[in-house]
Amino acid sequence: MRGHFGQRLLQVLPTLLMVSLLVFLLQQLMPGDPALVLSGEEHDPQMIAQIRAELWLDRPLPIQYLHWLGGVLQGNLGFSWHIRQPVVDLVLTKLPVTLQLGCMAFVIAVLIGVPAGILSAVKRNSFWDYLANGVGLAGLSTPNFWLGIMLILLISVDLGWLPPSGYVPLSEDWRMSLATTIMPAFVLGNAIAAVLMRHTRSAMLTALDQDYVRTARAKGLSETVVVLRHALRNALVPVVTLGALELGTLLAGAVLTEQVFSIPGFGKMVVDAVFTRDYPVVQGVVLVTATIYTLLNLVADLLYVLINPRMRGA
Amino acid sequence: MSATALSAPLVKTPAAPAVPSQSPARLAWRRFRKRPAALIGLGVVVVFVLAAIFAPELAPSDPVKTSWTAIRKAPSALYWMGTDENGRDVLSRVIFGARASMLAGVIAVAIAAGIGVPAGLLAGFAGGWIDTVLSRIVDTMLAVPNLILAIALAAFLGPSLENAMIAIGITAAPIFMRVSRGATLDAATNDYVEAARALGNPGWRVAIRHVLPNIVPPVLVQSTLTIAQAIIAEAALSFLGLGQQPPAPSWGSMLNAAQRFLEQAPWLAIFPGAAIFLCVMSFNLVGDGLRDALDPRGK
Repeated sequence: MRGHFGQRLLQVLPTLLMVSLLVFLLQQLMPGDPALVLSGEEHDPQMIAQIRAELWLDRPLPIQYLHWLGGVLQGNLGFSWHIRQPVVDLVLTKLPVTLQLGCMAFVIAVLIGVPAGILSAVKRNSFWDYLANGVGLAGLSTPNFWLGIMLILLISVDLGWLPPSGYVPLSEDWRMSLATTIMPAFVLGNAIAAVLMRHTRSAMLTALDQDYVRTARAKGLSETVVVLRHALRNALVPVVTLGALELGTLLAGAVLTEQVFSIPGFGKMVVDAVFTRDYPVVQGVVLVTATIYTLLNLVADLLYVLINPRMRGA
Repeated sequence: MSATALSAPLVKTPAAPAVPSQSPARLAWRRFRKRPAALIGLGVVVVFVLAAIFAPELAPSDPVKTSWTAIRKAPSALYWMGTDENGRDVLSRVIFGARASMLAGVIAVAIAAGIGVPAGLLAGFAGGWIDTVLSRIVDTMLAVPNLILAIALAAFLGPSLENAMIAIGITAAPIFMRVSRGATLDAATNDYVEAARALGNPGWRVAIRHVLPNIVPPVLVQSTLTIAQAIIAEAALSFLGLGQQPPAPSWGSMLNAAQRFLEQAPWLAIFPGAAIFLCVMSFNLVGDGLRDALDPRGK
């Protein structure tokens, strides 16, 4: 187990290093010279030269990368050109908002996806199976920004039940916080619920076909006990690990959801940064997202080893 | 017993009726036809493709022509899907929007397959350090969620439909590389590949003539499913303002504009979104059907 952990950790480090290179190289795609952008409209040659020296833009590319990487390793993700604040501070302010949204979305996705997958597998080829599959496919095919707009139209504009946009922090007023985040969390969790439903169904179908399930039935156990205690316990092994992976995709989905519901989170920050051409913020967001995603991959892998009895000895 | 008796058939059987030989493509089509959902999906995809090709003939009016006397008109016999905040016909914009979406889907997949398939074939067939390096690059790209990477690329390249297609294509390439590499490793173990090698064919020839045709089915399935994802991604980028630029119509940018008029003109949000949903769902149905039809172990 320890050996496996060490091995996986060793695989993650080069990936993170390569991600840092990718993020650094993104800057090279930028049209024009960053020093020109930062120098304002006057384009004073002396000022441009000074900015180039400050940002190490006058050095060769590999040196620039090493300097930038050194800063990143010390927690320096750069300085926002537009907001005039360190990028790491901005990330630390916005990330909790997105994490709250992501956690709520994940809970909603599990509450919908797993029971739907179980029902679909247990009632295979029945009306419920077709319904769950149809809803799952629809969930995968619905752009979450459109679903968000439709829910605002129905629940906020027509029924007036929930606020259409905005965000109240949990620490300020938990009721209002829930009211402002429940709809976006549902939108964000919708596609994940569909993925979880498909995985659960497939894993349950495999489990229900195993000898131990047949034995449990032969022992005269009720169908509920057979499904929930014997089949589901084993079927959940791949579902848990895949679920951990889906947490990473929530970060990407949050970009659109936060935009639709005007939630001042991580996703909205990157979109705003794109339009103000605040490239250090865009780079910082990509780097942080990739790091979280890679670490979640590692957690998913370790979780698989931990909860799978056959892998424990590995 | 004489040799003649041994070689003679013991029981005379009637000649078996000749079974027409069927190509794998024809067999797959026969399996595909048995799936009503996939056929419906294919039908809807064909409708969208035709709408995209014949948009100028099908659209009732010019999609960018404004009319100050027809601002935010509700759906009616004259304007089937209503008009927008500039008096433009929504139906015409939805029809022309199919062009942007289909183009984005097809070109992004062509870019992704153009990069991913040769890389996967090379990694799977050459193995060794080439495989290690290419696989590490793919791991790196897969470590960044697709949409975030596409947004970053589109942001650095500048907002336009062309750049959105490039960004989506680049971010989708790693999955094609993975699929092709897996299929190549699978195909390379077959006897006919060994035989081709034993005959002295150079590696590149074996890879292109013998392995490549055998990785087409999984790549085809992946292409169909990726077109669906690319259409959503293009709509998402256009929704954020990073794709098709106004006044050119795109389903995503139409949804962006519709947000400001939800109370007064809900139809502006309903129709473009429904078009994305229908188109993506149809591609997903076709992809699922193709996967089942092309998988020899399929039902």
